Amino acid sequence: MNTLPQPFTITKIVDENAVTRTFILDGALAAEPGQFVMAWLPGVDEKPFSLAAANPVSLTIAAVGPFSRAIHTLRTGDALWLRGPLGRGFRLPEKMTGELVLVGGGYGVAPLRFLAETARARGFPVRAIVGARTSADLLALDALAALGATVIPATEDGSVGRRGLVTHALADALADGLPALVCACGPTGMLAAVGKLCDAAGVPVQLSWEAHMRCGIGLCGSCERGDGWLTCLDGPVER
Amino acid sequence: MTLSCDFLNFTLKSPLVLASGIIGTSPALLTRAARAGAGMVTAKSCGLAPRAGHPNPVAVDWGGGVLNAIGLTNPGADAEVPLLVETRARLSPLGVPLIASIFAGTVAEFAAVTEIICRAKPDLLEVNISCPNVRDDFGTPFAALPETAAAVTDAVKRAATCPITVKLAPNVPDIARIAAAVVAAGADAITAINTMPGMVIDPVSGKPFLSNRTGGISGAALKPIALRCVFDIARAVDVPVIGTGGVCNGRDAVEMLAAGATVVGVGTAIHTRGVDAPAKINAELTQFMAQNNFGSIAALRGRAL
Ligand SMILES: Cc1cc2nc3c(=O)[nH]c(=O)nc-3n(C[C@H](O)[C@H](O)[C@H](O)COP(=O)(O)OP(=O)(O)OC[C@H]3O[C@@H](n4cnc5c(N)ncnc54)[C@H](O)[C@@H]3O)c2cc1C
Ligand SMILES: Cc1cc2nc3c(=O)[nH]c(=O)nc-3n(C[C@H](O)[C@H](O)[C@H](O)COP(=O)(O)O)c2cc1C
Ligand code: FES
Repeated sequence: MNTLPQPFTITKIVDENAVTRTFILDGALAAEPGQFVMAWLPGVDEKPFSLAAANPVSLTIAAVGPFSRAIHTLRTGDALWLRGPLGRGFRLPEKMTGELVLVGGGYGVAPLRFLAETARARGFPVRAIVGARTSADLLALDALAALGATVIPATEDGSVGRRGLVTHALADALADGLPALVCACGPTGMLAAVGKLCDAAGVPVQLSWEAHMRCGIGLCGSCERGDGWLTCLDGPVER
Repeated sequence: MTLSCDFLNFTLKSPLVLASGIIGTSPALLTRAARAGAGMVTAKSCGLAPRAGHPNPVAVDWGGGVLNAIGLTNPGADAEVPLLVETRARLSPLGVPLIASIFAGTVAEFAAVTEIICRAKPDLLEVNISCPNVRDDFGTPFAALPETAAAVTDAVKRAATCPITVKLAPNVPDIARIAAAVVAAGADAITAINTMPGMVIDPVSGKPFLSNRTGGISGAALKPIALRCVFDIARAVDVPVIGTGGVCNGRDAVEMLAAGATVVGVGTAIHTRGVDAPAKINAELTQFMAQNNFGSIAALRGRAL
């Protein structure tokens, strides 16, 4: 399995919100939605990022610390090295009766955008619940709508869409009629709550988890979650 | 026909041994490898003090094998003991012995770590004198010379309350001499080999990929080197050998046994074939034995010698 880091050139940078940018690169990867890459800047660091799209390769990155800020200093024409695609992504059924409901918090929307694209290409109806603290923190609403998803924003301050957490909006959606499948990505607490709601409703759910990644290829053990689950090899999507 | 085999005073359900450093020292992960068919499992090497290891990037699969420089990440000997105790408790109902692994910077420190780790009562203690990824006072010097390898072996043997196996490096002029020296100093078994020093360089940036710049080669690229080392060791000494390096499938395991290994280490195959790699390799080994009329692992041993 050759996963040497490959250099890509940044062709376009889209500002998603005050701290988040989508970097569109000059190539494609044969990947499934939910898979991630290890992005490398020589001499700086290497960290995992979900694919927001695979053709062209796109990464949606929030500037929260040293490495993500270093990536935010890159400009069109600069290089970014990617190792991957890695891990196991979301798995869509062959046929689906009912809706695919996506639940994303923060940059967790990134892999859901790729998943929405794949699901829409197969003609599946998609409802995307996108959560953030305020309207200024929301991202990818237009991109999801352009893919043909029904987009339901949820903000904690009620500035846009439903006031409250994405889990409240998910509870509404479950009450509307049971979806065929729920797929979620976001902070740990949100994922745990989404998992609980879906289990209680008897709806199949796939959750994309985060962990501290080092090797990214199932050898070092640093990304263990729960009782012996390797996020980079068994996940990041638990399905 | 059976995969069950003897190693020292243990009877193992399979000749496959999870190699040190692969998926760390988590009780749950080591137990998972045991449930997946490993006959013994080895914990990650542990030193006296905690170590975070090297910054990312720490590993890459370049297509022919894996290069890694994790940097001996470990919680330190005192914190390692409860992890080993829990692991042993989980493994014992499965009939899978636990090998603890240690490293240190000086001979005296090797003895100190041994004393602490033996409180966890591991079934076997592996002495890592051969990690290529930690420069200066760790690893390489001890495995490079018969005298230093023997000095560490002697100190660990005196402090240990369980049998010891010494893990050798491939990048020495004459590995048989090192093997003879550690056996003379009291090694009950030998593990061979650790990774081979190497580099991966990105041609576009011109930079080494790993933050440590150099790393250790494992996986497919290491197999011919490991076979030669095990072959030389098996001809030089009489102790059992954990033959490790590049074993990815059943045929590789058969080759390693033929080279003189008593049991077979499995590391990088966890990356290429998943955590249940031992189950897959066990199945392939069984099939090979059935097709070629071998009734036991013992019958496969040393055929190349
Ligand atoms: C499978 C996987 C997929 C990922 N996908 C993405 C992705 O698509 N986009 C993306 O931006 N990041 C993603 N990450 C996170 C990313 O790998 C880094 O952790 C992140 O960029 C922070 O690294 P840093 O060095 O900039 O900051 P650090 O120094 O590591 O973090 C700075 C501080 O910010 C906190 N923090 C980390 N991430 C966030 C965040 N997103 N929002 C708020 N606080 C945060 C940390 O806990 C820490 O306190 C993913 C992680 C995993 C494991
Ligand atoms: C990620 C990784 C970490 C390792 N950590 C250790 C370690 O802590 N101690 C040790 O003795 N060997 C360590 N090794 C070496 C392995 O135990 C083994 O000797 C080597 O990988 C060759 O076997 P393989 O080709 O089956 O992987 C490590 C190897 C890898 C790939
Ligand atoms: S990051 Fe190394 S095992 Fe997952």
